[in-house]
Amino acid sequence: MTEIVIPPVDWRVATQLSIIFGWASVLLVIALFVPRSRTRIVGYLAMVGAMVAAAVGIPLWGVNAETFSGMLRLDSYSLTLNWLFLAAAAITMVLSLDYLPRQGIERSEYYVLVLFATGGMMLLAQGADLIILFLGLELLSIVLYVLTGFAYPRNASEEAGMKYLLIGAFAGGFVVFGIALLYGATGSMNLRAIGETLAQQTLTLEERIYLLAGAALVVVGFGYKVAMAPFHMWAPDVYEGAPTPIAGLLSVGSKAAGFAALLRFLVEALAGEWQIWAPVLAVLAIATLAVGNIGALTQRNVKRMLAYSSIGHAGYILFGVIAAGAPGGIAGQRGVEGVLLYLIAYTFTNLGAFGVLIALEHRGEAAWDMSDLAGLWSRRPWLAVAMAVCMLSLAGVPPTGGFWGKFYVFTAAWLSGMGWITVIGVIVAAIAAFYYLRIVAQMFMAEPAREVPLPMDRALRAGLALATLGVLILGFLPTPAIDLVQRVVLGG
Amino acid sequence: MNSLPLVSITIWLPALGALTVLALPRENVAAQRGVSLGASLLALAAALGVAFLFDPARAGFQMVESVAWVPSWGISYTVSVDGISLWLVLLTALVTPVALVASWGTVERQERAFHALVLLLASGLFGVFTAQDMLLFYVFFEFTLIPTALLIGIWGGAERRYAAVKFFAYTFSGSVFLLLGMIGLYLLHGQATGVYTFDTATILASLQLGTLRLDAGAERLLFGLFFIGFAVKAPIWPFHTWMTTAHAEAPSSGVVDVIGLLIKIGAYGLIRYNVQFFPATAAWAAPAVGVLAVIGILYAAWIAYQQTDMKRLLAYASVSHLGLIVLGIFALNVQGIAGAVAHMVNSALTTGALFLVVGMLAARRGSRELKSFGGLWKTTPWLGSLTFLLVLGSIGLPGLNGFISEFVVLQGSWRSPGLGWRYALPAILGVVLAAVYLLHMYRTAFMGDTPPELAQAPDVRPRELALLIVLATPVVVFGLYPNLLFGPMQQSVTQIAQGTLPFLAGR
Repeated sequence: MTEIVIPPVDWRVATQLSIIFGWASVLLVIALFVPRSRTRIVGYLAMVGAMVAAAVGIPLWGVNAETFSGMLRLDSYSLTLNWLFLAAAAITMVLSLDYLPRQGIERSEYYVLVLFATGGMMLLAQGADLIILFLGLELLSIVLYVLTGFAYPRNASEEAGMKYLLIGAFAGGFVVFGIALLYGATGSMNLRAIGETLAQQTLTLEERIYLLAGAALVVVGFGYKVAMAPFHMWAPDVYEGAPTPIAGLLSVGSKAAGFAALLRFLVEALAGEWQIWAPVLAVLAIATLAVGNIGALTQRNVKRMLAYSSIGHAGYILFGVIAAGAPGGIAGQRGVEGVLLYLIAYTFTNLGAFGVLIALEHRGEAAWDMSDLAGLWSRRPWLAVAMAVCMLSLAGVPPTGGFWGKFYVFTAAWLSGMGWITVIGVIVAAIAAFYYLRIVAQMFMAEPAREVPLPMDRALRAGLALATLGVLILGFLPTPAIDLVQRVVLGG
Repeated sequence: MNSLPLVSITIWLPALGALTVLALPRENVAAQRGVSLGASLLALAAALGVAFLFDPARAGFQMVESVAWVPSWGISYTVSVDGISLWLVLLTALVTPVALVASWGTVERQERAFHALVLLLASGLFGVFTAQDMLLFYVFFEFTLIPTALLIGIWGGAERRYAAVKFFAYTFSGSVFLLLGMIGLYLLHGQATGVYTFDTATILASLQLGTLRLDAGAERLLFGLFFIGFAVKAPIWPFHTWMTTAHAEAPSSGVVDVIGLLIKIGAYGLIRYNVQFFPATAAWAAPAVGVLAVIGILYAAWIAYQQTDMKRLLAYASVSHLGLIVLGIFALNVQGIAGAVAHMVNSALTTGALFLVVGMLAARRGSRELKSFGGLWKTTPWLGSLTFLLVLGSIGLPGLNGFISEFVVLQGSWRSPGLGWRYALPAILGVVLAAVYLLHMYRTAFMGDTPPELAQAPDVRPRELALLIVLATPVVVFGLYPNLLFGPMQQSVTQIAQGTLPFLAGR
């Protein structure tokens, strides 16, 4: 009988993942012994875990390795994204510290679940194999279904969780079916192996059709995750119903993870078919821009507006994804960089914006109508300034982080030879500025409609300050962030 | 040569002042006024230092201060001045303290934020006029929007929110096209020469040496993208509608003067980018732009004549002046461009001072409606005389500043092969109309019978007098000695005009 040989495992690749998953499991047990009145402690411990995982990543910069038979990869691309996910998770938890007790939904599992979600995101960024991508997607989704419905005495939250679950199950189904077709066509699950098979051009016509059909299904699956039109329908309802910090995490972390996987999939496995998928994605990007921005334009509910705007931003990020696959030249590299920089800027900006909504919201009552923002400047100047900075960044006004993100993806799209989508993107950006500005106008130029008490604790302030300062620093001194993303080589 | 980075100091002093003002306690209004005025006066001193060190005999940019900003994209923080930017920097530096002082006592709430925003706006304007990197220019260009929108929206008139949002939406939409044009030019330059840079001097050199050759289609497209951005900002007819609402709703007192400088950015950009970078297309487009400019001159003058609100009247007068400035720029010769730059300075001085006068009148009467005034020369002789001087300067009486710049612009457009007398004649009609509506305004407000409400109206107070004299002095000085105005810019303007010569020769 032959001996079973366990292949050597390069633990460096899985260090951050192990820390997150291990710490989350331990924390689940610790939480049992934490009295209900001290639930915050679990939150702090979870944040420490995220910070440790981030710090451990620093010496791993420059490592480029695979393990578990090439299923899991660590490269500068995934490491950068991991940091982003950890930052998003940490800010989300900071924003939640005050929010949960105020909403009467403080339970220690919450923080543990956020950690698990972060692990799922990291799997999506590090997965070099379709199975891992599927695992990551499902892990992330299942945790997020729970978190979305976390405020379950509230109908809206329950409904949102349900809706997300149903739609998410569809998305998962698409991905699995797509993976099956891809495997059938190429005989491999490994992204790079699929890419190599394609490059050799040994596929028969039939196999190629299977391959493209499978790829399309996988793109649809991830399209749901990133709220790309026409797979965006769930987003506004889910964002509105979910607890506000979770809506923030959905809009940045889960979206970034979806893009991380989509980008790697398209560039590593399907670069050879760029001519086919680029125009398709370009049309989808334009549709996404249109749906998101027109939708946002008509909203009076600020939380829904942010949900639609988040759909719109997926459109801009798609510009970068399209450019990333462009053969030859610097367009491909610029595309990857653009996606990453956009995601970094967007993460800080949107978390800041959701943070302001959290500050406005108080027990049992939503304060998301435009009129609730009226006169915020005279009531809470710093809150108004933070929101204004975030709105200007979302609109892409310099000097904010959002400006550099847009500048980057527009340039990349132009370089990839798709100048026409840049022109459309620019026009849309001009229109979009209007509804972001409407919020600024409401805060600074209108009289308060009603007195909304605004209790704010230190944690919320710190979280907001962190996000807003991040946006401004990215705007004034973008060089460190740009240097970081320029060192990123996807899979290289 | 000079170790002090004077240009950067000029740019950043107001911003520093803004931060300081924000840090002061809310109640201490006197300190807030002192700090903001101090910062703006220091900026003025620095700007005068720049002017002092400026060598008028040299063409091109002087006192270049450069730091890498985003080196991997070829973006740098590069600022410097040439003969054209020098005047606009000086103008901004002069108008800012005037606007601050004029606001004392008229801004009732949140004075701290008000001063901070005016100072930030000044920093943005300095940045626009001195940036020598396209992206830096764009950043400053866009940055000016935020304080302006807030100034209009928080302290403006009854329709302030509408005006602020309209202002922002219009000008932001215009400027994203500008960004697109800049990215396009950057990429084409990089692909042609291998050097990816936003540095204007480098790109201009490549264009002039022919290392970057644009085919006619690409050049016209880029020209168009830049033009949209600047035309909205300028504002050229028919892109002007934001401007009259913005001006009419802007807070009274001097802020409208600083906001008035915003529209100079548009004209400045047209010279700096459209004419200098794309001379062939500028020559090709000159007749069409000239038509827009002439329509703007006449249309705005006609509307101005019909206004009963003095502030609106002056707002339309600004649009009309702008038409003349654009006409001068697209004459594409030395007279036209030099006249346009001079007119930017002169109209900012006279119209700005007249806006101040309207603010003073409104404070005395509680209204800006022309029909509620009359006979003021009798009760307020000093105010009447100074206003008369400003009106005469504005309508172009020889010996005052308006005359010389209007004359040179008209001369330039008449002699321009692209424009000629067909354009100059209606423009002259516009100048005549300007005399009509301004004298009409003056006659209604200052002559005739005094309404009883104004019988006790006080004459200019010392502070008001000082403000008006600060603005009126150059009106007289430039009128008597125009070479002071034209001398420093001569080399820079000649250089730009020479670039267009080969493309005008065929006409």
